[in-house]
Amino acid sequence: MNKDWPLWEVFIRSKNGLSHKHAGSLHAVDAAMAIENARDVYTRRAEGVSIWVIESKNITASDPADTDMLFEPSVSKVYRHPTFYDVPDSITHM
Amino acid sequence: MKINDAYLEYLLRLGDNALILGQRLSEWCGHGPILEQDIAITNIALDFIGQARMLYQYAAEIEGSGKTEDDFAYFRDAHQFKNVLLVEQPNEDWAYTIIRQFMYDAYNFYFHRALQTSKDPKLAAYAEKSIKEITYHLRWSSEWVVRLGDGTTESHERIQRALDEYWSFHGELIIPDEIDMIMAETEIGVNLTEIKPLVEEKMNEIFLMAGLRKPASTWMHKGGKNGIHSEYLGYILAEMQAVQRTYPGNEW
Repeated sequence: MNKDWPLWEVFIRSKNGLSHKHAGSLHAVDAAMAIENARDVYTRRAEGVSIWVIESKNITASDPADTDMLFEPSVSKVYRHPTFYDVPDSITHM
Repeated sequence: MKINDAYLEYLLRLGDNALILGQRLSEWCGHGPILEQDIAITNIALDFIGQARMLYQYAAEIEGSGKTEDDFAYFRDAHQFKNVLLVEQPNEDWAYTIIRQFMYDAYNFYFHRALQTSKDPKLAAYAEKSIKEITYHLRWSSEWVVRLGDGTTESHERIQRALDEYWSFHGELIIPDEIDMIMAETEIGVNLTEIKPLVEEKMNEIFLMAGLRKPASTWMHKGGKNGIHSEYLGYILAEMQAVQRTYPGNEW
């Protein structure tokens, strides 16, 4: 029998307007405890204003064996980057 | 007793409770049941030590003879410490630590909530800063009481045993003595008679959720507030003060 508590992935948003970023993982018996543990482990130096947790087993990940099939084709398609437009001088903050 | 003497004594009681409980909790550092709770409980220990510092700094100001916070923490003997007996009781295991913490947090929350309206703006500001930390402490320890009480047969038995054993130490927190009454009358301190039913209601609520049986005994330990301590305090101080007593004034 596995005596460890379930594993959770923690996502922290550092300030309003930014998106949640993966911070790490931890053990907890349920979602409520996972939030509190995340608060104690990952925000003790004022890193965040919002926490998401999800049990690790609920994450579906891409298969490393599929890397070539999934990601290789986009490497040669530079035209998908919007870098071929002339930006008028009057447009700032681009 | 003069108001100023009572006030100094009152600040030291608050500071000593925070320091001794913080020191006790810090004994868990590196020994927590899992990494996450090891960090949680040492965060809480640091909150208490931070609160003790603020209270000692203010006590030093009121005392007015040039003492510092370190004099209060490191150069007093056991009979000069005025913390309640509950906070010096041993950690034993997670269940005992949680029961001690929950009973203290239930008192500490309502105490600091009321202290925010102190007639002394400095003490009110201290309370306002600390209540945020204390609100989290109470939530954390309440949850653990419920998890253990309503958990497995073994966790239930062990936390019930801890409650039975530490129950008679909570009375000292909420039963006023002369200094408590003087400070309540000046409206600088908290009226314990007013918060007592709130603290008891909180305990009843959480014990009910946890399926724990509240001990029937109404007899309560007392003495800590007047410097009469259990044998444990001497050992706590010996460890906590060793470096400063050996190398007075040493800094790092």
